[in-house]
Amino acid sequence: MSRPIRTLMLGWEFPPQISGGLGTACYGLTKAMDRLGMEVVFMLPQSSPLRFGHSGPEWSMKDLEHQAEAFEHVRFLRVAANLRPYLSAPTQRSVKGESGTLMMTESGPEHTESGSLMGGYPSDLFRSVQDYARKASCLARKERFDVIHAHDWMTYPAALAAARASGKPVVVHVHSTEFDRSGEHVNDDICRVEYTGIRRAQKVIAVSHYTKRKICDHYRIPAEKIEVVYNGVEQDFSHPVKAPARRYADQQYVLFLGRITMQKGPEYFLHAARMVIDKRDDIRFIMAGAGDMLHRMVELAARLRIGSKVLFTKFLHGPDVERAYRLADLYVMPSVSEPFGIAPLEAIRCNVPVLISRQSGVSEVLKHAIKVDFWDIHQIANKIVNILSRPAMSDMLKREGRIEMTKLRWETSARHIGELYKRMMIES
Amino acid sequence: MAAICFYFQVHQPYRLRPFTIFDTDSNYFDEMQNMQVCRKVADKCYLPANRLLLEMIARHRGKFRVSYSITGIMLEQLEKYAPEALASFQELADTGCVEFLAETYHHSLSFLFSKTEFIDQVKMHMEAVKRYFGQTPRVFRNTELIYSNEVPEAVKRVGQFDAILAEGADHILGYRSPNFMYRSPGPDGTKLLLKNYRLSDDIAFRFSNRYWSEWPLKADKFASWVNAVNGNGTIVNLFMDYETFGEHQWDHTGIFHFLKELPEELLRHPDNRFLTCREAAEAFDSVDVIEVPHLTSWADSERDVSAWMGNPMQENALHELYQLEPFVRQTGDKDLLNDWRRLQISDHFYYMCTKHFSDGDVHKYFNPYESPYDSYINFMNVLDHLNSRCVSVCQRKEHAPARV
Repeated sequence: MSRPIRTLMLGWEFPPQISGGLGTACYGLTKAMDRLGMEVVFMLPQSSPLRFGHSGPEWSMKDLEHQAEAFEHVRFLRVAANLRPYLSAPTQRSVKGESGTLMMTESGPEHTESGSLMGGYPSDLFRSVQDYARKASCLARKERFDVIHAHDWMTYPAALAAARASGKPVVVHVHSTEFDRSGEHVNDDICRVEYTGIRRAQKVIAVSHYTKRKICDHYRIPAEKIEVVYNGVEQDFSHPVKAPARRYADQQYVLFLGRITMQKGPEYFLHAARMVIDKRDDIRFIMAGAGDMLHRMVELAARLRIGSKVLFTKFLHGPDVERAYRLADLYVMPSVSEPFGIAPLEAIRCNVPVLISRQSGVSEVLKHAIKVDFWDIHQIANKIVNILSRPAMSDMLKREGRIEMTKLRWETSARHIGELYKRMMIES
Repeated sequence: MAAICFYFQVHQPYRLRPFTIFDTDSNYFDEMQNMQVCRKVADKCYLPANRLLLEMIARHRGKFRVSYSITGIMLEQLEKYAPEALASFQELADTGCVEFLAETYHHSLSFLFSKTEFIDQVKMHMEAVKRYFGQTPRVFRNTELIYSNEVPEAVKRVGQFDAILAEGADHILGYRSPNFMYRSPGPDGTKLLLKNYRLSDDIAFRFSNRYWSEWPLKADKFASWVNAVNGNGTIVNLFMDYETFGEHQWDHTGIFHFLKELPEELLRHPDNRFLTCREAAEAFDSVDVIEVPHLTSWADSERDVSAWMGNPMQENALHELYQLEPFVRQTGDKDLLNDWRRLQISDHFYYMCTKHFSDGDVHKYFNPYESPYDSYINFMNVLDHLNSRCVSVCQRKEHAPARV
């Protein structure tokens, strides 16, 4: 083919509108595609600007305009549709107007109390999804492109609508599934949308083999249809934020940072903390983030009689996230189900060793990390004490972890996806 | 005239059981796993290979001769878990065509950290060989063929040896061929048998590799390579793990058939003969001195000690282990000493190796742990517990009333 393949990309999160993982991933991938000269038309819902939830700088609409200029082969199209369904009622109440900053590491809707299936989602969410799909369909008739690439379930109906309008093949990019977000208590409507998108797409991209297995098992999709493309990491190792001074020089800090929801396994962190403190009472625990389980976790810490050893920060703003990492001697991610998980990579970037659950995609790409099963609090505690007691090992984890990160490049992911597009074009 | 010197290493470690900071008992070893591995290897390798070699020895009426080194802890495990395999090694010893070498009882790196401990372990091993096989070893091989100029000096403190085995690494041989007898420096240097790693690895590593240009390797072809040494070498040292036969190279690859044909193919050439290590030392004078100032071994492509001491975790674990020596000895507690020695088994440190890339596959195959970090954590938890036992024994002694 003489002219480059042009992609119609459908997303619902992109800087500055970002709640965590998905936005970061879309940004990293698109930026790399741009560097490789791949042509992209990126359709995004138009909504009010938010702050960048990660450790990076705060963003404004002006930044976005700069951002758009920074891309050479990517064009952004904003359509009016309010796709921001990831906040549950309690957290919204606590942080009026700045809700986006709450979600530091996440993609996907927040888990809600079981039973109230729609509890965490805006009541008109499905209407917004359909609205977005209609706009995609109109756009597909006007724009010229070769392949449709949709990120996560809310854009799947739009992808299928655009495909009907244009006859072009669809690839859906699964950053998480409803089974990761909600465990066994899934929202049937979301499952249906997710299933239809995954089934009708010509190809499926999963962010890890862990996610690929989930898709195969829960949605009965043949493995051949699913391609695993790992996320990359921005190769920026500068530290704008200084490590905060320690209140007590002889104490060590273990950090949990993420939404405090079922998916993240916060209770396993606290139960392990209890066991660690029995062995070494000079270790302190920080639980950073907000979520529907926050109050229960504060109660649990009290019940375990470790209230004075566990610090709850609630949500952290931009630079405070990095400050938390820089303060920590160890980052723990005990997620029950984590399709990929970029937070451990942020920790490694800040020179912090990581302990991560095997039930995560990122554990497939990190060799120099300590791994545990999320439910095995005995081993979590055993390994926390070991990492904090043995500098020979924690130094190696830090050093080798950083070396390993330099190999996780978004260009590799973008190139892989480019190959996949080519195969799809030949097949269709 | 080319002599062929076959030497097989027989070893299995005592693997540790999963041990956390919360464990309080002193059962450190995974008895079930160790038994299962020992039985499996006995069935797949030791028993069939021994049977085959017994046949070969009988058929060639003394002309086919081999050497073994079996670690002390392997002998213990065979006696406990696979006595029929131990009996068949004893049967081999009785033929008079099989020689047993000396090494450290615990397959340890003690040579590098404590000469006292090293000497004790070599003595223990020689006693075990005497007890099981009725032989007093005259040839020494250090764990994993770890060797430097200091090895001959150190083993002299145990006794008189006719020869020592080492890797015929390019960087110690330079332009010279491994197919001659050499000696260590000094007026009373010890003879050195150097492994011909190309021919040895053709069998041990490449035999079943379908991408190897020489695949499939047949006995006549291999014999022709050995015959080619005639005229520019006197001895071909084929050193390898015994598990090559049936365990590393599975039965279906034809490895046993190869082993069966090989003696006959080699003996077809009138100038070839088989010698044990001691017989080789008697038969040949050394042609040159080999200087080995830095440590060599037969492991990995580096052929140094980086497989056991290549990263800070390994160094730390070894350092802390050997730091305990005076305290362990001071307790006078036999169980403590025995456990401490079993923690010296080199495999524990091999599992902590992070050289993942070119040699990673080999390390992974033999590794019961998911990652080197897990093996370090487990080992250090056990070591901490052993340390606490030392402390409590010493404290008890201090508080014990003095005898009147």
